Amino acid sequence: MSTKVSTPEMKSLHFQPRTPATSTGDKVVGAVSHTALTIWTLIVILPLLWTFMSSFKTSSEIFASPFSLPGEWKLDNYIKAWSEAGIGSAFLNSVIVVAVALVIVMVLGAMCAYVLARYTFPGSRAIYYLMLAGLTFPIFLAMVPLFFVLKNMGLLNTLPGLILVYVGFALPFTVFFLFSFFKSLPHEITEAAALDGAGEWRTFFQVMLPMAKPGLASVAIFNFLGLWNQFLIPVSINAAGPRVLSQELAAFAGQMGYAVDYGALFAAVSVTVIPVLIVYVIFQRQLQGSVSQGTSK
Amino acid sequence: MTSVKTQQSRNDDGLAAVVPATAPQQVIKRRRKPLTWDKVSFFAVFLGLPLAIYLLFVIWPFIQAFGYSLTDWSGFSPNQNFIGLENYAKIFTDDIFMKAMGNNILLVIFLPIITIILSLVLASLVTVGGSSKGQIKGLRNSSFYRVVSFFPYTIPAIAIGIMWGQIYDPSGGLLNGILTGVGLDQFKDFAWLGDKNTAMIATMFVIVWGFVGFYMVLFVAGIKGIPAELFEAARIDGAGRFRTAVSITIPLIRDNIQTAYIYMGILALDAFVYMAALNSGGGPDNSTLVMAQQLFFTAFSKGQFGLASAMGVVLAIATLIFSGLVFAVNKLTGGDKDVSL
Repeated sequence: MSTKVSTPEMKSLHFQPRTPATSTGDKVVGAVSHTALTIWTLIVILPLLWTFMSSFKTSSEIFASPFSLPGEWKLDNYIKAWSEAGIGSAFLNSVIVVAVALVIVMVLGAMCAYVLARYTFPGSRAIYYLMLAGLTFPIFLAMVPLFFVLKNMGLLNTLPGLILVYVGFALPFTVFFLFSFFKSLPHEITEAAALDGAGEWRTFFQVMLPMAKPGLASVAIFNFLGLWNQFLIPVSINAAGPRVLSQELAAFAGQMGYAVDYGALFAAVSVTVIPVLIVYVIFQRQLQGSVSQGTSK
Repeated sequence: MTSVKTQQSRNDDGLAAVVPATAPQQVIKRRRKPLTWDKVSFFAVFLGLPLAIYLLFVIWPFIQAFGYSLTDWSGFSPNQNFIGLENYAKIFTDDIFMKAMGNNILLVIFLPIITIILSLVLASLVTVGGSSKGQIKGLRNSSFYRVVSFFPYTIPAIAIGIMWGQIYDPSGGLLNGILTGVGLDQFKDFAWLGDKNTAMIATMFVIVWGFVGFYMVLFVAGIKGIPAELFEAARIDGAGRFRTAVSITIPLIRDNIQTAYIYMGILALDAFVYMAALNSGGGPDNSTLVMAQQLFFTAFSKGQFGLASAMGVVLAIATLIFSGLVFAVNKLTGGDKDVSL
């Protein structure tokens, strides 16, 4: 049997005994595929590695050569970025805002999706479409009026104001995603819970919510990424308030007119990137599965 | 018979058989029961609370924006005069805004196409690049590529922008370092973001870099949802890899591609973060200025809230037109035919 198999010969697959050996054609395709994917992987990973490496260099080292390794691996740049540039406090602000907003939006979103998915009442369809509308409208259209809504409530430039707005804008996606999830849970279980004497509240918190855990986890991951990466909302309605990470990072990069401290800038970027990357690598299996669930609806 | 079945399962994600059967039954049951405190409080909290926040912080501002766009309100003065469509007339005669709109249109044309083609190719390589014999399978170690490609999606857009701003740096940047390193000395000190011919292309590349991995994962999931028998049948019929990709894979994940196209297009109409990070002033000759930047500047630096709201409305309408176009094109080219499974 010849090992040189070209495309037309695949027709004869039926008449050949199964052979574990791979053909030359396959090897070529495999090699080309691996090469293409490796090139893309390098394009993705090199900038990240370079940023990380540069975060240990001094400014003069950075200007001397983009490739040279840092003279000493010391954390000076990180200390500078963390305390002097305010990345540390912004990091904590971000953690607080995102954590609180995430908890609220998950609870409210799950409740709203549950009611919309499991009960039929006049207007339920309309509310569902209202939620959908919020998904399609561009955020920046709302920014100017939102500025004054918050100003009138005294919440402009405060973290609680930011949290409430985050909740509002993450709500449609959460409801939309969890709606189909709650819809797919079997009705018999609700009935069983009702027969056992559980009220509506107990049914939700003790029966339905635990069952929806996989869906909740996926949405929570997406919401976390979306809120952690949010930029337009904080710079619009929290410009003078306690800054969150993305804001501080932009301000730090912007103020570097002449007194350039590139090392600290690279350190600041690394501080922003690395925690999320670690979280992603831990949860990547969960996330990769939920990408398809979330977007194919 | 079979066609009816497919129709149903497509509409309700495969749950059609369960949902309609139980839903009416429930309504009847519900009417018989009296309203209890349990139920009233349940609805008030479960529906009322989220809806109140949503209406106040999302829907109400959107509605107000339309109203503001018809006034000359400067935000800090109490009086706002109704001036009809004057703001819109001003926008469409403003050269800078029209330039920004042109840039957005450029982005909408190129960004989705480039991103989707690149991610489709990578996704196909990962899923069906394996052996042409025996079981249909992907490349070895393909999950490694998938995981790494997804990295940029987890990085805040502003960090991506700042990072690439440094990579494009004329003297100390990684890109010129590599290019001069391989002997292309004409790129020494070349300012990628400072030259009006390259600024837009360089910026587009950054956005593509940020999103290819996400769509690759989306398409991989879509391709994995296609039954292997289809690929086997195509192979027995003599279809090569390229033919399989064009005639089997793409038609079957068409809905995913449409979703990706719309998401990417909406992003291209925004693109605020990337532009603000890479060239906050709009770039050389305003070559990377986008509408969202102009809106932000008009509102929060110049305080012309009426005018800025009108820009927002223009943006929203552009987004709606774009989504409508994608749906229409997909329908006209036969996307509605029942090919998905």
